[in-house]
Amino acid sequence: MAIPDQRETVFARIREALRQPAPRRHDGHVDYDVSGHSDVTEPPPASDAFRAWLPPVGPGLDEQIVLFAQNAAQLKADFRPVASLDEAARQLAALAGENGWKRIASHRHPDALGLAEKLGLNCLRTDSSFAAADLESCDAAVTGCDALVAQTGSVLVTSVSAGGRALSVLPPHHVVVARRSHVVPDLASALHVVRKLYAPHWPSFLSFITGPSRTGDIERILVLGAHGPKKLTIFLLP
Amino acid sequence: MKVSLFIPCFIDQIYPHVGMSIVKVLERVGCEVDYPEGQTCCGQPAFNSGYWDEARSVAEHALDVFAGSDVIVSASGSCGAMMKVFYPELFKETTRHFEALKLAPKIYEFSDFLVTRLGLSDVGARFEGSVTFHDGCHGLRELGIESQPRKLLQHVKGLTLVEMKEAKTCCGFGGTFAVKFPTISTAMGEVKCASLLETGAAVVVSNDSSCLMQIQGMLQRQGKPVRCLHLAEILAQT
Amino acid sequence: MNAIAKDFKQAAAQVASNGKLRAFMRRALSGYEVTRETTRRKYQNWSEARQAASEIKWDAVNHLDKYLQEFIAKLEARGTRVFVASEGAQARDYILQVAKENGVRSIIKSKSMTTEEIHLNAALEKEGHSVFESDLGEYIVQLRHEAPYHFVFPAMHLTREQISDLFQKELGSEPTNDPEELTMIARRVMRQKYIEADMGISGANFAIAETGMISITENEGNARLTCALPKIHVAIMGIEKVLPKLDDLALFLPMLATAGTGQALTCYNSLYGGPRQPGEIDGPEQFHVVLLDNRRTELLADAEQRDSLHCIRCGACLNVCPIFKNIGGHSYGTTYQGPIGSVITPHLRGLQNWKHLSSASSLCGACTETCPVGIDLHHHLLHNRRNAMNEKPLWWEKVLYTGFAFLMRRPGLYRIAGKLGAIFFPLHQLVNGTRLDPLRNWTRTREFPAPSRESFGDYWRKKKSREEANHGHS
Repeated sequence: MAIPDQRETVFARIREALRQPAPRRHDGHVDYDVSGHSDVTEPPPASDAFRAWLPPVGPGLDEQIVLFAQNAAQLKADFRPVASLDEAARQLAALAGENGWKRIASHRHPDALGLAEKLGLNCLRTDSSFAAADLESCDAAVTGCDALVAQTGSVLVTSVSAGGRALSVLPPHHVVVARRSHVVPDLASALHVVRKLYAPHWPSFLSFITGPSRTGDIERILVLGAHGPKKLTIFLLP
Repeated sequence: MKVSLFIPCFIDQIYPHVGMSIVKVLERVGCEVDYPEGQTCCGQPAFNSGYWDEARSVAEHALDVFAGSDVIVSASGSCGAMMKVFYPELFKETTRHFEALKLAPKIYEFSDFLVTRLGLSDVGARFEGSVTFHDGCHGLRELGIESQPRKLLQHVKGLTLVEMKEAKTCCGFGGTFAVKFPTISTAMGEVKCASLLETGAAVVVSNDSSCLMQIQGMLQRQGKPVRCLHLAEILAQT
Repeated sequence: MNAIAKDFKQAAAQVASNGKLRAFMRRALSGYEVTRETTRRKYQNWSEARQAASEIKWDAVNHLDKYLQEFIAKLEARGTRVFVASEGAQARDYILQVAKENGVRSIIKSKSMTTEEIHLNAALEKEGHSVFESDLGEYIVQLRHEAPYHFVFPAMHLTREQISDLFQKELGSEPTNDPEELTMIARRVMRQKYIEADMGISGANFAIAETGMISITENEGNARLTCALPKIHVAIMGIEKVLPKLDDLALFLPMLATAGTGQALTCYNSLYGGPRQPGEIDGPEQFHVVLLDNRRTELLADAEQRDSLHCIRCGACLNVCPIFKNIGGHSYGTTYQGPIGSVITPHLRGLQNWKHLSSASSLCGACTETCPVGIDLHHHLLHNRRNAMNEKPLWWEKVLYTGFAFLMRRPGLYRIAGKLGAIFFPLHQLVNGTRLDPLRNWTRTREFPAPSRESFGDYWRKKKSREEANHGHS
């Protein structure tokens, strides 16, 4: 027997509750005298206004890349601007050697797949169905992305640009291939990019990835690689 | 300038020297001091315990007492906050709401009066020794009193001001809280005392005598020789 | 005092006398404050950001029906099953039914205080499902059969030695004092659980009305795995978590991180808008979103305190609260600790039974000062106290404050009372510290000052008559 949904009851309660106006906060305190308030209220601030309060980001692409690099370094993400895909492949091969990679994973994406295939390692593709256990046995994942956010050092991925939900989080080393055109100043701009690329057919999954996985749950001491990837490498192609 | 004094009940009865010091300092800087007769209490104990009708009854008397005053200097941050911040809410939807609103801007905590209203920093005081300052919470967070006492202390000849780590942490008095939840209050007092003792200062100063009652009570029980003085008592010395 | 209040006092007293634990907590939380200050200073205007966050949440909560409807419609349009639960029991029953219908055996969970609120894990385990908490801190307290100590830092009360002992006992691992090694032990255990799990249960930080998505903020990646691998994903959240627009996240994600942990952004901030869509290769086949009322509408109806529903559960108020630091998270005895817990629990679980949480505060205001969405927390503690006493005053307190008001309105009587107090106080020495001492609650740990023989009023009146006498003679 189905458990009956209660939305009618709950919505009725909400409407009844909202008949009383609530006090508002201004000048740093709440004014409990609601009698003087007008019913007409200004719309709340929008993302253009946020920029004036959040940390500043310069307007030029080069300075944004510098800011991204600074943030990535602080987050212990491995940010590598390179001149070409071949250069990236050379550096990736070195990483593979250092870390003893035997099997990697990637998806149908010109830059990511191009890079992954140059390694010449066994490469699992998440474009067709795969077993989670197989993905779990991969040493690294190479994916694309939708944006690099300068203000926070974040990588924006979706299930479309990063080969699904699991590819970029299950293997212990996540390698992202990005282009200069992916660099945006802040979160608001990144959301704008996603909107332009996908709306109204939103992917079911989007994520802002800000550095390798971490935890502070044990005595507030920072440890990298809690459940998600312990290492994050970002190649920036021209 | 003509100034009306508000000497809260517990300063009147237990720490009259604080009131006397305030008079001394105000007269020294050229104020004509008046003490409206019939003042007793701001009503905060009843208010904080949730007995707002009883608190209002006491507050009505305070409104009467100070009806003729233009500028009111409070010897305590917490009682000043009660009148300035909470009376408007207490009298909301009553016939005396407007009086409470009119009273609020006339009230000053002692250090705020000297620094903000009179524009002073040196009141001609002298006190030899090291001193650490404890911020009373109501003064700090309800009235924005933070730099004013420090400015005054820094201009006292012979005085060295050292900051304790937990200067802005609550001492644990909180009015009836101190006797309703004595174990928690004591724990908070311990943290405060340990922090002030760490500075090695000979004197702890505050703009709230209720806090000093808690701190002094604990230091005396611990057998520590640190003196506890109200800001006015320091400024009164020449 | 009711039994719940008594338990609270006892538990609080125990922690309040544990100097070692309190020092441990203070160290952890002062580290947080330093980090947070550094991050906050980078904002061009934190104060304006708070005001904006307050306004956006005001709009969201005060038009809750409109935004919830939009949220539900958008979710359902893409294949999500939305269940609105009036009470916790219904939410539990729905989730149990989904598990049963789908032959679920193993369940992986990411952090959700809402699931704590409705005691979901116990109900699932009773039905024979195994439930694994994937967040490291939650996993640790799950193994210890304890409640979370803090809703952002569940295991903040434990030393690495205690965690090592726990893992040794429960997992058979080698003892180690290295936090990294301990984390890797948990990571290895969880890898298999993610892959084996038939169902993933998560919470959500925000519900985006405009696009019909839930937003999850985390650092470890366990929520991403919980929402990626199992065939069924159930997300449960309070109805108040709504944000009107996707772009609002550009403000809320940084502020949640800054206030919650002192980070500019947490490691993963993910949005989920449906089950696996056509063309997508992985992700759950079923996505269920459970929206929980559980008396939140009562809080909504209290217009004076409605802003408590603006809470984004960052935990900042706990981190700065001197009460929390000295009594610890377990003393509260309820799902939500600290100042926000003390404000909302009387509404969610009953005013008379839980009013003591609102009384156990010195009203220092550090919580209100730090709240990123500007909730008037410490004033609501006062409001709860007033509401409790209006509903059911304590007879002896009523007598006391009636007498107090009577006295304080009569200056002559007040002066006499003061004189009597000063005269008879020396008698207090006879009972000082004994069971007969009326000031015992104070004098057990502190000296009490003697009233002065000469009050300020006396001094003033003498001063005035002296001045008048001089004036008369000149």
